Parts: sequence; structure tokens; C-alpha cells
Amino acid sequence: MTTKPGQKGIRFIDEYRNTELSRRVIERIYRRSTRNIHLMEFCGGHTVTIARNGIRQLLPPAIEMLSGPGCPVCVTANRDLDRAIALAHERGVIITTFGDMMKVPGSRSSLQEAKAQGADVRIVYSTLDALQIARGNPEKSVVFIGIGFETTAPTIAASILQAQREGVNNFFVLSFLKLCPPVIKALLDEGEVKLDGIVCPGHVSTIIGSHPWEFIPRDYAIACVVSGFEPLDVLQCIEMLVAQIESGERRVEIAYRRGVKAEGNQWALKQIDIVFEPCSALWRGMGEVPQSGLCLREAYERFDAERAFEIDPGPTIEHKGCLCGEVLRGVKRPTDCRLFRHACTPEHPVGPCMVSSEGSCAAYYHYGADL
Amino acid sequence: MCLAVPTLVKSIDDHEALVEIGGVSRKISIWLTPEVKVGDYVLLHTGFAISVIDQEAAEETLRLFEEMALEDDG
Repeated sequence: MTTKPGQKGIRFIDEYRNTELSRRVIERIYRRSTRNIHLMEFCGGHTVTIARNGIRQLLPPAIEMLSGPGCPVCVTANRDLDRAIALAHERGVIITTFGDMMKVPGSRSSLQEAKAQGADVRIVYSTLDALQIARGNPEKSVVFIGIGFETTAPTIAASILQAQREGVNNFFVLSFLKLCPPVIKALLDEGEVKLDGIVCPGHVSTIIGSHPWEFIPRDYAIACVVSGFEPLDVLQCIEMLVAQIESGERRVEIAYRRGVKAEGNQWALKQIDIVFEPCSALWRGMGEVPQSGLCLREAYERFDAERAFEIDPGPTIEHKGCLCGEVLRGVKRPTDCRLFRHACTPEHPVGPCMVSSEGSCAAYYHYGADL
Repeated sequence: MCLAVPTLVKSIDDHEALVEIGGVSRKISIWLTPEVKVGDYVLLHTGFAISVIDQEAAEETLRLFEEMALEDDG
């Protein structure tokens, strides 16, 4: 059953898409589940797995799955998008960004529209590609739009450390990096959503480990299980959450053991800590959350686009009627939004939740989770 | 955004490694996983290995699934 090297398929992926084993897990969930519970999948990657595989529909009706704010593109506020777009229009600036950001509408336009108007905006796959563009264009200022969570933060730290080692002085980062545990705390303190369990993000935990989630069962009596991203992973995670809730236990468990250690990746965390320090960050839907962002430390300020450029993005305008913020907080579903499938589609997105491949609205739209 | 895929490390040269992903070879950075060895599988995220896959844990998880399925039948 397991795929060995050289066989067709991808090892550590195909095994976790096994239909028969998935069916067995679902049967066990049905046997164990006796009460109405609310679970939140924090991460957009999990939202996609759940929508693509119809997991919501396969679960007992007593289990309600809510999507959380775990989509870095979606939670980037209009104010910050506007700053990236304003910077793109600066003379002598090359903007480098992950592709997901291109179509996200800010207050007045998007990076894609800025590019169409003549700005030099380039999609990169990795921060190291951005650094390569900086090496190749010494007369230009190359700015990387640093969006992401703890998973991506060490790769951005690594690019800054590499630029410093090589003396590349035209490479800058505009950091919109965000941290997950503080925003979950803010969400729970808000008290708008009542949760019994959280499907904790897998690849964020690959970096930070499982210990940073321990405040959730301790302070909020909510079950936590760290999950991988294949359907069998998510089902296993839900089974473990149901088992905890039904037995009255509340703790942090790791279902995704092949990818997550309790202590995380200490070396990667050290790289983050060398370059960045926690600072306040603005989240779409959540507002300003203290200590939930990462800013460059003073020792690395020469790589900080924030300090290197005077950015005037103009006044922020929010998208009228867009429920992206409420969707990110788990208080509304994409289908509750009047714009969904009408004024707002992946071709003509109004809000970022419809743009990002892992946005809840895009997942509902593409996989017909609402139909 | 936090997408990471398992890839097999074929060779290592300083902070870079050659990996195979879906039959295609490409160079990645192993700056964030200094412990990686040839023959390991790593989780690849935006051009960086972010962790070495624990193969024992992976096999144990699958064995557990199969054992539980057998128990259900029994």
C-alpha cells in the first residue's frame, strides 16, 4: 500500500489519500461523536483539503467545521496592500512577490494593475529568487513583499542574512509577516465564535512546534490537534479532536508526526529571532493585534523597506459589502456574503478571500462546498 | 501559502541540495535544515527545506491506521 521510491506516485502524499482507510476513520468518527461540536480549521491549506475532498459533507451533522484566519494573503489589510502598491510606483523600484498577492485588490488597485500601468512587479517562487534579481539589477532597489506566517518567516530571514553576507545593498523586505498563536488568542478573547476544538496549522507548527498552542487547552479548555494536509491527515485530526472532546480531555496532540516535532525547528526559529522582533500587526477582520507581527530588528534596518522608503499609500478604502473579515473570524460563511458568486468571483475578486487559492471564498467557489 | 511538499534529497553541496519532485530535479536551499542527509525526505516550502520528514513516525502512523481498520473488522 505504501509507495516506495521509484514507484509511481509521491511518497508521504499518496498513502495519506487512501480512500478505504479514510472511510474507516469516518466510520469511527460517527461511532464516537455523540454531541454537537464546533471545530475550527485555522489554516487555509486545511480549508482547501476539506473543501476539495468534501470532508464537511462526509462528517456527522453534529460536527460543524469553521474556517479560520490562516491565510496570509487574506489577512493582509488594505492599508498594507496599498503600501506595497504605492511602493511599486516608485521610480527605480522592482517589486518581487509571491504570485498569490498579484490580484489582491487594495483600496484603489492591485499589484497586477500597477504592473499593467508600467510598474516593475515580478512574481518569484522563493526569497532567494528575489535576492537573485537584486544581484542582477544593482542600479535598482529590489523589494520583496514579505507576507506569510511562521512557515515563511525563516525563509525571509535567511534571504536577509544571505544578502548581508554577500553585501547586497539593494535588497529590501517590506514585512507583513504575522504570527499565529497571538491571533488565535485574540480571536478566542473576542468570544464571537464558540469552539470545542482547533485543527492546528501543520507547517506553522513544523517551525514553532506544538508547545506554543498549549495555552489554548489550558486557558480556554479547547482541544488542539496539529494536522497534516492530506485528507487522511485531516480526518485523523478530527477523530483525535472528537476523542478528546468526548472524553472530557483537553490537550495539544500532534497528528502530523512525520512533519512536526513538539519542539519545532529550533534552528529556523533562531534565524527568525536574529533578524526579526515581534511587533503589532494589522489583520483584516481582526484589526491591530499586539505582538502578532514580525518587524526587522534595528541591526538589519538597512534591509527594511519601511525605513528605506517614504511610502504614502493615501487613505484606506474598504470594499463595500465584502464579508472577508467576518469570514476570516469564522463568524460568517462565504455563502452568507451577498457578493459571493455574483459581484465577487475568482476572475473579478472583491476581497482577498476570493483571490488566494487557499481563501475560504475561493475554496467554496472552486469545490462547490456551498452547492 | 504555507504549502510544503515532501521531496527526496539526492545530493548536497554546502547549503544547497538537489531534490527530486515528481520526477523533476531542482536545487533548493537547506540553510534551515542543517541536519539533512542524502536519502532524506524534506518538506519543501518556497525553495527551502523546512524540516526533515520523520520516516519512522510516518510509517508508524500508517501502521496505526491499518491496525485500527483491522480491529474494526474484528
